[in-house]
Amino acid sequence: MSTLVLLLVTGLGLGGLYFLVASGLSLIYGLMGVLNFAHGSFLTLGAFVGVGVARLVGTDTWAGLGLALVVGAATGAAAAALTELGLIRPLYERHIEQVLVTVGLSLATVALFEGIWGPDAQYLTGPPWLESTTTLAGARIPNVAFVTFVAGALVLAGIVLFLKHTRYGLIIRAGVENRAMVTALGIDVRRAFTLVFAVGGAAAGLGGVLASQYFGYVSPHLGGNLLIFAFIVTVIGGLGSLTGAAVASVVVAVLQQLTNYYLGYGDLVVVLLLAVVLLVRPSGLLGRKA
Amino acid sequence: MTRTRWIRLAAALGGLVLVACLPLLAIYVPGVLPGPTYMPGTLQLLALCWLTAALALSYHLLFGVVGLMSFGHALYFAAGVYGLAIVLERTDLPLLGAAVVVLAGGVLLAYVLGAISLRVTGISFAMVTLAFAQAGNVLVRRNPGDLTGGEEGLALETQFVPDALVGVVNTRNLYWLALAVLVVVYLVVLWIERSRAGHVAAAVRENELRVRVVGGRPYAVKLLVFVLAAGLATVVGMAYLLLQSGAVPRASSSEFTLTLLVMVVLGGVGSRWGAIVGAVLYTILDQRLGELAGSEAVEALPAVLRVPLSEPMFLLGACFILVVMFVPGGLAGAAGRLTQAGAARRRAVAA
Repeated sequence: MSTLVLLLVTGLGLGGLYFLVASGLSLIYGLMGVLNFAHGSFLTLGAFVGVGVARLVGTDTWAGLGLALVVGAATGAAAAALTELGLIRPLYERHIEQVLVTVGLSLATVALFEGIWGPDAQYLTGPPWLESTTTLAGARIPNVAFVTFVAGALVLAGIVLFLKHTRYGLIIRAGVENRAMVTALGIDVRRAFTLVFAVGGAAAGLGGVLASQYFGYVSPHLGGNLLIFAFIVTVIGGLGSLTGAAVASVVVAVLQQLTNYYLGYGDLVVVLLLAVVLLVRPSGLLGRKA
Repeated sequence: MTRTRWIRLAAALGGLVLVACLPLLAIYVPGVLPGPTYMPGTLQLLALCWLTAALALSYHLLFGVVGLMSFGHALYFAAGVYGLAIVLERTDLPLLGAAVVVLAGGVLLAYVLGAISLRVTGISFAMVTLAFAQAGNVLVRRNPGDLTGGEEGLALETQFVPDALVGVVNTRNLYWLALAVLVVVYLVVLWIERSRAGHVAAAVRENELRVRVVGGRPYAVKLLVFVLAAGLATVVGMAYLLLQSGAVPRASSSEFTLTLLVMVVLGGVGSRWGAIVGAVLYTILDQRLGELAGSEAVEALPAVLRVPLSEPMFLLGACFILVVMFVPGGLAGAAGRLTQAGAARRRAVAA
């Protein structure tokens, strides 16, 4: 029983991480139709810069973690916004080329990170509370799992509030529905593109810092590893659907934890789930019919 | 046949004969090749170029002809590499028999996975193929039942491989094998593109809905091309195993598929020669830029310049981005524009 609780809660924590990556992917795809392969690089960069700044204060203090989160999110947002302005915007509406550019960017940046920070994982220790456990229903659960899950939930709530209650949110939602119409009404949708990239990049940067706490290390491949699962999550949830991504993040992560413990090969079961979902509902759980 | 076609055919055959004779000659291109062409090291690099070109051609069949952006092509290549390594190690089949078994396995795998992934199109298709390839990569790394050797990979079991294909002394035979694989793959791709299925495939790339309206079956054609491309990749994978005399997990990684995509786009999407040139250029750059990274000239540079220059993948990725943004059509497209401009000028002079 306690093992089950442990697996469920760590699964929720991992789901929070997946959602932090998948939310940006889903928003960007929903509005612009671009699959962003460089999203993992935003995450890795956010993690490295955030943790690097935190080292100045000490990674095992709360101030260090707070600083890392803020700097990580800001770095991710800045990198994403620059990518959109410099690489995506000039290739307006040419989706294949836009995807190719992000593929090139991900290859180039991972190599660059390896050159700057070395190819191996750098281990770090977080604040003592994060490193310890809380007993819940007889299970000793690492506190970091709660933090990543809550962070994912907060980001979901934040993005939903932003989309529902702000003018820019309105433009983005309208753009997802019918971009040509929004443009015809005299609204510059391109500004919303940059904004969506920045929001997604910030979530990814935040996810990078949290992932470095969750796994206990930063490495140039941190983002790439999470990105694959974030892709699976976005397809299962339905491309462009934020709630779908949230539901799928939790389902995928919990399933992965359970099968990893009881059967092994959790990663394969996730791919199997993807195949089943595609056979039954090709547009994903909450995706619109194509 | 028109006269220009005869000339082209003769030029291609002549080039092929020249390339086939390279192991008997001593041509040295400083900076491009590591040594004269009869040396095993150089032949190994050139053979790698031909196999990569063959693999890029099989990817061209997917991406260039039928317009399917697959991120999981490495899976079928890895099926060839690991499949042959495992069959040779675990059974008493001779090389040819083992190759037939592995090819059948690769085609079956492609049929099942292709049938599932082709239920979705566009970006979803790319992601699903990526997920399947990633699953293969995980399997290979996990080393189930001690089959794949995990991170260390597998060494080629040479007991049932003909002696002529084993060892550094016989690198030239492996070179000819690699060249033969490239020629066969090229001819098969050419044949598919010229066949009725190839024409339907090109039509599906341009407008799938219209193909369906006129009574074509896009799904069947896409699946057919997918399976054929995967089969070719399996064949290339088997030759790769013989050439490198071992299998490493990198062959199944998603990055490996991405590099294939880079090659095809660098050379020019939709062009057979583009795929070949892109692959050869990529392989040579990948090898030689590593040398550049270790050279004293780069070591002496300040860190701002040294770090990017010592990462071949960074330079290649940056080149790739520049080509996508500023050279639509890749190298083949640029060459086409140059020759067209030249022809236009000649016409202007004649007039």
